[in-house]
Amino acid sequence: MSIKSKLHEIKESFRGKKMAPAFNAFHTFLFTPNDVTVSGTHVKVADDLKRTMNTVIMSLVPCLIFGIFNAGYQHNIAIDASNGILTQVSLFGNFLTFDNLMIGSMKVLPLVIVSYGVGLIVEFIFAVIKGHEVEEGYLVTGMLVPLIVPVDLPLWMLAVSVVFGVVIGKEVFGGTGMNILNPALTIRAFLFFAYPTWMSGDKVWVYDAVNRSGTPEAISGETILGSYAQNQEIVYSLSDMFFGFIPGSIGETSKILIIFGALFLIFSKIGSWRIILSTLLGALFMGLIFNGVIEAGIITESSKFYGLMSVPYWEHLFIGSILFGAVFMATDPVTAAQTNKGKWIYGFLIGFISIMIRVFNPAYPEGVFLAILLMNVFAPTIDHFVVQSNVKMRLKRLKIKPA
Amino acid sequence: MSQDIVVKKGLDLQLVGNASPEIYTPKSSDYISIFPSDFHGVFPKLVVKENDIVKAGETLFFDKNSEKIKFVSPVSGIIHEILRGDRRAVLEIKIKADKEISYKKIEKINLVDSSNTINFLLENGLWTFVKQRPYDIIADPNSIPKDIFISGFDSSPLSADYDFITKDEKENIKAAIKCLTQLTNGSVHISIRKESNSFLRELKNVVIHNVSGPHPAGNLSTIINKISPINKGDTVWTLNLPDLSIIGNAILNGKFVAERTIALVGSSVLDPKYIKTIIGSDISSFLKLKHDNSRIISGNVLTGTKLDSKGNLRYYSNEITAIPEGDDYDLFGWAKPIFNKFSLSRALTFSWLFPDKKYDLNTNTNGEHRAFVVTGSFEEVFPLDIYPMQILKACMYEDLDEMEALGMYEVSPDDFALTEFICVSKQPHQNIIRKGLDLMKKEIG
Repeated sequence: MSIKSKLHEIKESFRGKKMAPAFNAFHTFLFTPNDVTVSGTHVKVADDLKRTMNTVIMSLVPCLIFGIFNAGYQHNIAIDASNGILTQVSLFGNFLTFDNLMIGSMKVLPLVIVSYGVGLIVEFIFAVIKGHEVEEGYLVTGMLVPLIVPVDLPLWMLAVSVVFGVVIGKEVFGGTGMNILNPALTIRAFLFFAYPTWMSGDKVWVYDAVNRSGTPEAISGETILGSYAQNQEIVYSLSDMFFGFIPGSIGETSKILIIFGALFLIFSKIGSWRIILSTLLGALFMGLIFNGVIEAGIITESSKFYGLMSVPYWEHLFIGSILFGAVFMATDPVTAAQTNKGKWIYGFLIGFISIMIRVFNPAYPEGVFLAILLMNVFAPTIDHFVVQSNVKMRLKRLKIKPA
Repeated sequence: MSQDIVVKKGLDLQLVGNASPEIYTPKSSDYISIFPSDFHGVFPKLVVKENDIVKAGETLFFDKNSEKIKFVSPVSGIIHEILRGDRRAVLEIKIKADKEISYKKIEKINLVDSSNTINFLLENGLWTFVKQRPYDIIADPNSIPKDIFISGFDSSPLSADYDFITKDEKENIKAAIKCLTQLTNGSVHISIRKESNSFLRELKNVVIHNVSGPHPAGNLSTIINKISPINKGDTVWTLNLPDLSIIGNAILNGKFVAERTIALVGSSVLDPKYIKTIIGSDISSFLKLKHDNSRIISGNVLTGTKLDSKGNLRYYSNEITAIPEGDDYDLFGWAKPIFNKFSLSRALTFSWLFPDKKYDLNTNTNGEHRAFVVTGSFEEVFPLDIYPMQILKACMYEDLDEMEALGMYEVSPDDFALTEFICVSKQPHQNIIRKGLDLMKKEIG
């Protein structure tokens, strides 16, 4: 008997039982089901939600692999630096090495496993209790979470915040498709406010730096935003920032791979190009305003805002996680604006507010996730006003109708 | 008078199994069935019982809510069986047909004033072909239509070519349209394909719209929304071109001739072609399938009614479609690249590479039912000036004010067939809209 018919028999034996959603989640992962149309259209398009989510995951895989190598690389060059050796990055020389892969995998893969394991357990429990199928929303969230945290984050903290994020950020609203806040960002916000020392500073971005601090082997690595916020000299070149050989959250450093991911999402029509483009435009616009303020001499070098305000407007896109946020976070269709016009406004405001928070909040200079969460809350309002214009047009038509 | 309308948004789904342009007349079927469920919102009150003898054109039942609307027998014969379901609702009226059909004589009357004409249509079972917006139901004979719209072509996948099936019905259709022009103070609008050479272009006193673009260019909502959108309080009446030949035949010859030329289409049909048959005919008398495990549909793949292998041609259908059932599992069907199924995305689905390919689609849902997640795709195939996802959600949470404000008076369930087809969450859009319209009719009227 083939696997297919065996699984079919098990599925039938589960029918109507409490555990059916749990089994079906595994079954539908292996086989798309034998469901046929009942009423309405008799044929359907090839895509389902699993395919949509899978496309997003595929676009994230290059960032994850780069993040693994970068975790090892940052660890090794930090040790070299503490020994007084300054090294230049070379892709095949000291970046794509087996040693970096081993160190990175040891650190990053557990984060991925904990993120998926804990999150999916919560999803399964809710699906069984509420008697609906396990929805695919967490597949993307589970992949995003390890990419937006520092590499040295303890696993238990990740587990606690994932439970918080999935339950409070999503399930209390009714599960996938009903949530107001982006679950991955809810998880990150929880981490940031519950364990702030683990989410910023010059220790958490490099593997083992926390352990070693205070010892003679102490190492460190400061992010570019951290350096700017303290008006320090930036030690990384623009090409390092573009290719991603810098400390930072695991998946967010390589801008070029994020751009590849964005192109793939836009080409496959899964990600909204309107949101991505308008977010970047919003960020550039805010950057230009700040540059203008510096030009006009209103803010001088003595100000604590000078460092980030004087960054050339286009360079903001290569700093921090604005690009990652625009491509993978702002485009979450459930929490974004849902009308095409609304998407333009929503994205523009995210970019605009991100850079504003970045410049005015030196204590925690990465404003992207706060800006997106804020706009998540306002997305329904934006949609409301867009839809109202259609409603008003209809009312106006009614009025001008001859009696 | 004629005007051009270009429809930009939409989708022409190309399927295997187009009917070849030949018309056959198969042996007439022994049993004919009428299904009251074809007439949405009608509550049938029977005037016949089992073993009664009827002529073609004699009343079988009327609508309890609007007793003037009568439904007549398409053939002469004996009422063989009346099937009832829950709470004795009539499901099917099965008639054993005579070999030679005898017709009830329809009195010729002078169709010059509108109340005369309406009574003529009501009394002879022809009113069933007049539908109304809002609500997409059989028209209320007491309403006064702003305009009357006639769809002169069908743009849905594998649909019957109206120009072809009505080519010998010129006189009947002209007579029917002449009678319809008296029923409105507005105009009679007819939509035809821009490239069509239909005789409809010769007509006077009507507005011809030359429509080009993809499906749903043939849906009347698309045309109405472009030229004269329905406001609250408005009523428009809609008709379908092939039905006009039945109306015209009754006017000119005094007989209710329920003949239709229908297309047999779809990849499971052995010999796709046109046939001449009677409304309610048993499909087994003319349909030959390539394989048994097929879905038989009265109508098209987007809006049709599912039939079993002994089903009957439904009242309004101009085609019978048969496609393979898709009741099988697909290993990693959600992850692997897909070439043989249609998709609007490019998420490892490659139908965008082959814009002219004809697909052999089956009835698999290609995934499970989910909450709405993806946004922005419905708008690509939805030409009306309405927000499709927002109106669907308003119907789901039954907010009457919002449904009204978003344009519920302008839509029919058919308009949401394409959005339902492309829905990644596999939501039943047409059903949602139909329930919303029913609710509005009940609460607002």
